[in-house]
Amino acid sequence: MNLHRLTLTQAIDKLKKKEISHAELYKDVHDAISEKNTELNIYLALDPEAVSKGEKLLNTPLAGVPIAVKDNFLTPGLETTASSNVLKGFMPPYESTVISRLKKSGGVVVGKTNMDAWAHGSSTETSDFGPTKNPRNPEYLPGGSSGGSAAAVAANLCIAAIGSETAGSIRQPAAWCGVVGLKPTYGRTSRYGVVAMASSTDTPGPIGKTVRDCALVFNHIAGHDPYNASTSTDPVPDLTKQLDGGVKGMKIGLCYVDHHALRGTPAADAVITAGKVFEQLGAVVEPVPVSDEVKPKHMLNPDYAIGVYTVVQRGEVSSNLARYDGVRYGGDRGAFGDEAKRRIMLGTFTLSHGYADKYYVRAQQVRSLIIQNFHELFSHYDVLISPTSPGFAQKLGASTQSPMYGELEDMLLEASSVSGLPGINVPCFRDPATNLYIGLNIMGNLWQEAKVIRAAHAYEQATDWNEWAKKS
Amino acid sequence: MKASPFTAATVQKIATLAHIPITDEEAGELAHGFTTTMDVVDKLGKVDVKGVTPTSQVTGFENVFREDEIDSSRMFTQEQALANGKRTHNGFFVVDQILDE
Amino acid sequence: MYEPVIGLEIHVELKTKSGMFCGCPADHFAKVPNTGTCPVCLGLPGATPVPNKKAVEWTIMLGLALGSTIAEFSKFDRKHYFYPDLPKGYQISQYDQPLCRGGKIETSFGPVRIHRVHLEEDTGKLQHATVNGEKVTLVDFNRSGVPLVEIVTEADIHSAEAAKEFLKKLHQIVRYLGISDADMEKGSMRLEPNISLRKVGETGLPAYKVEVKNINSFRFAERAIKYEIERHARILDTGVNPAQETRGWDEAKNATVSQRTKEEAADYRYFPEPDIPPMRFTKQYIAAIGSTLPELPDVKRMRFEKTYGLHTADAAQLTDTRALADYYEEAVKVAGTMFTPKDVANWIINKKPDIDTVLPAALIASLKDAKATVAVSADDLSGIISTVLAENAKAVADYKAGKQQSAMFLMGLVRRKLPKADTKVILDALKKELDNT
Repeated sequence: MNLHRLTLTQAIDKLKKKEISHAELYKDVHDAISEKNTELNIYLALDPEAVSKGEKLLNTPLAGVPIAVKDNFLTPGLETTASSNVLKGFMPPYESTVISRLKKSGGVVVGKTNMDAWAHGSSTETSDFGPTKNPRNPEYLPGGSSGGSAAAVAANLCIAAIGSETAGSIRQPAAWCGVVGLKPTYGRTSRYGVVAMASSTDTPGPIGKTVRDCALVFNHIAGHDPYNASTSTDPVPDLTKQLDGGVKGMKIGLCYVDHHALRGTPAADAVITAGKVFEQLGAVVEPVPVSDEVKPKHMLNPDYAIGVYTVVQRGEVSSNLARYDGVRYGGDRGAFGDEAKRRIMLGTFTLSHGYADKYYVRAQQVRSLIIQNFHELFSHYDVLISPTSPGFAQKLGASTQSPMYGELEDMLLEASSVSGLPGINVPCFRDPATNLYIGLNIMGNLWQEAKVIRAAHAYEQATDWNEWAKKS
Repeated sequence: MKASPFTAATVQKIATLAHIPITDEEAGELAHGFTTTMDVVDKLGKVDVKGVTPTSQVTGFENVFREDEIDSSRMFTQEQALANGKRTHNGFFVVDQILDE
Repeated sequence: MYEPVIGLEIHVELKTKSGMFCGCPADHFAKVPNTGTCPVCLGLPGATPVPNKKAVEWTIMLGLALGSTIAEFSKFDRKHYFYPDLPKGYQISQYDQPLCRGGKIETSFGPVRIHRVHLEEDTGKLQHATVNGEKVTLVDFNRSGVPLVEIVTEADIHSAEAAKEFLKKLHQIVRYLGISDADMEKGSMRLEPNISLRKVGETGLPAYKVEVKNINSFRFAERAIKYEIERHARILDTGVNPAQETRGWDEAKNATVSQRTKEEAADYRYFPEPDIPPMRFTKQYIAAIGSTLPELPDVKRMRFEKTYGLHTADAAQLTDTRALADYYEEAVKVAGTMFTPKDVANWIINKKPDIDTVLPAALIASLKDAKATVAVSADDLSGIISTVLAENAKAVADYKAGKQQSAMFLMGLVRRKLPKADTKVILDALKKELDNT
């Protein structure tokens, strides 16, 4: 019946109308998993009781649909490893807030998805349990670190998924897998119970088949958490009510397409074309040139954000991974993979005596300049658009070629991530030769997910790039 | 701001501080990678940051506290607390003897 | 000749109901191991801390009591080191923006300035054991995450006695504020003196210092400091500086012993705690906390001297604890015009009533009874005792031979001649006389 190809919105609708049963839906999803998981290496663990859990949840908002969850979310009853050998066999004794909320709203954790170990990377190749392959073309990487969740959505091995982003980890794999990924504002979704990577930027969020699906999942996972001091107490906007707001009169800044690494690339061209779509829909689109210094109506060269993010993230990583000493849980510190070792050690170095001012403090100062830059830009524009990634998915093995692979992959997302801004990836081009996608990144000001969703939905509805969009 | 040149010896020192066991061979490879990474970071040296306040949190929140109350809903039984520990004894976690006291 | 230069670091566990960053009980003493933990204080993956408001307010309160300047802006930082009792590999502490800076405590040796007061979390507890023939260390995380205040003084202390007096005064202030049991045996107050010596006449800080840990009483603090002063002097006499190190007080050896260092090199890699938003306090907020401060020991003592006409020593004794001071004032009220505040003070000091069970009214009643007994002059008493002893040589001899009951027999004889005198007064005088014959 191909029920696994349904969007979240469709699946809920059909379940509620009793057009389909949970048994039928889960059978199709599990058949698809049986068929493809060995090749694609998406799921690390599956819940054999998912269907019976789902059946009891028909009268909830999410009606008991199967949701894939990145393996850095603590899920009691399901092994949680963050794709690292250090946590192999770890059975979490408590549940992450996002997952508690998802379940309370009727989502069912169908399984745990592969990721870059500790979310360190943009390829899902640094997983200690082998790389995930891109369902669009298995010779290619899915991106990362939420590569398993994005691939699960793209391959229809779930109805929707949960990922987390520190700087690109939701949007970049969504771009490479040709799906939608929403990175909420930092502090909109709780980090409680999510294996910490960089605490000042980690943000859980949905990966889905459509903008509408992401808006719906967001509604059910976002909000204040008394266990996480960085969550906002403000009421969460109902993003599904924003979908049809349109972009008429919206001011949109077109960013990064003139950067030397992007000029003339398919990514830049696709986003310039997307800008024209927005204009046709009634928005005002203006180029925001890249600049080597902070100045009005210019975007600071992303090279600086790479430096800031490298220092901040590795510093926080070195601290957050200090708890893995093998005493209370997990293996000892020798079990860390190469990428984790590199990041822990570099972060240790940049925080160490005599270097902290030179690197860490300076990075945080440049971070302030980047925030000022966005503050000024959002006084002119409602949203900013850019390519999500500088290009198409890269081939398996690419991540091992450079110690800065991840940072270069995420260079267009790092500035907004260290600033805490929300953003979404929507597919904006497909290369028929490779079946690989380019993603459009739409960024909003802090707490302005509503505008991001409006623009993303309008774009998705106006174009044919998203295979699921027209169905819902 | 020039990246300090990493050598296998300096990398071993960092490894000791980070409690990451590495071989000398790994230290040599890591030294090379660190130099590449820090070259990128060194671009920050070009930015004029005079008088700029560092940002370590982006939300702007202040004074987030909890009331002084017991939250038994989150507390573990001894069995739960110890469940993932590799070595336990009589309700304690066990580690190799610490000789310092 | 050398002059000791001593600074103190004091850790005080707050007696909040719950932990510094989680809702586990802060009371961890003598509990079954690892029964008071949660994801936060056990340092599980993904757990995030939320600070306890009361712990912050109590730290500010302590700062105000010490005359510190309270920070208008403060934050928590992560302090990194690896140790099995530190579950996260870092302690949430405060680095460059502590809640309180400055302040002082006056002692009879001169003022001791406070450098800073900050708030952090306690670690778990280690104990050594042999399990299956193997020497191991056992870890209990019940104490992990209990609010801990660190008070650091300037190096204004120059003798073991001065250190002891300072510590007693700090202990008293903390107890007055009601923010900690400050029980050193239970470890809820822990002392770490930093000691070095310089030549008399020099003013700078010496080129070395020695930190002493594991001290669980004022007496041991005094002894450890004395021990160190002598040890340093001996080493300095040979022309070299003592090693900069951490030592522990060994009660059995009555000496300090060198401890292995925890870290290869202390490099704590502090950075602002990204999980906890910073704190900003308005002047009004700080003033509101200040308005809840109780009358502090020195002020109370001076008021007792002035209001009740007490000697300094008596006033000090009666203001030792807030409870005793309150008891005294209540008793003075009950006494009304019947007895002077001085009489009441003497009565309490001599009688040492159990203030938890003897109500002030009952105490005054007992004072009334006592006053009804004839006050016997010391000369009369001593004359009668001499007579009785002379008439009962055998009983005296028995007492000398070790028969304690003979004293009671003799007292009965004295009592017969002085029926209204206080028994204890008779017995004390009698024993004194017996021991002198």
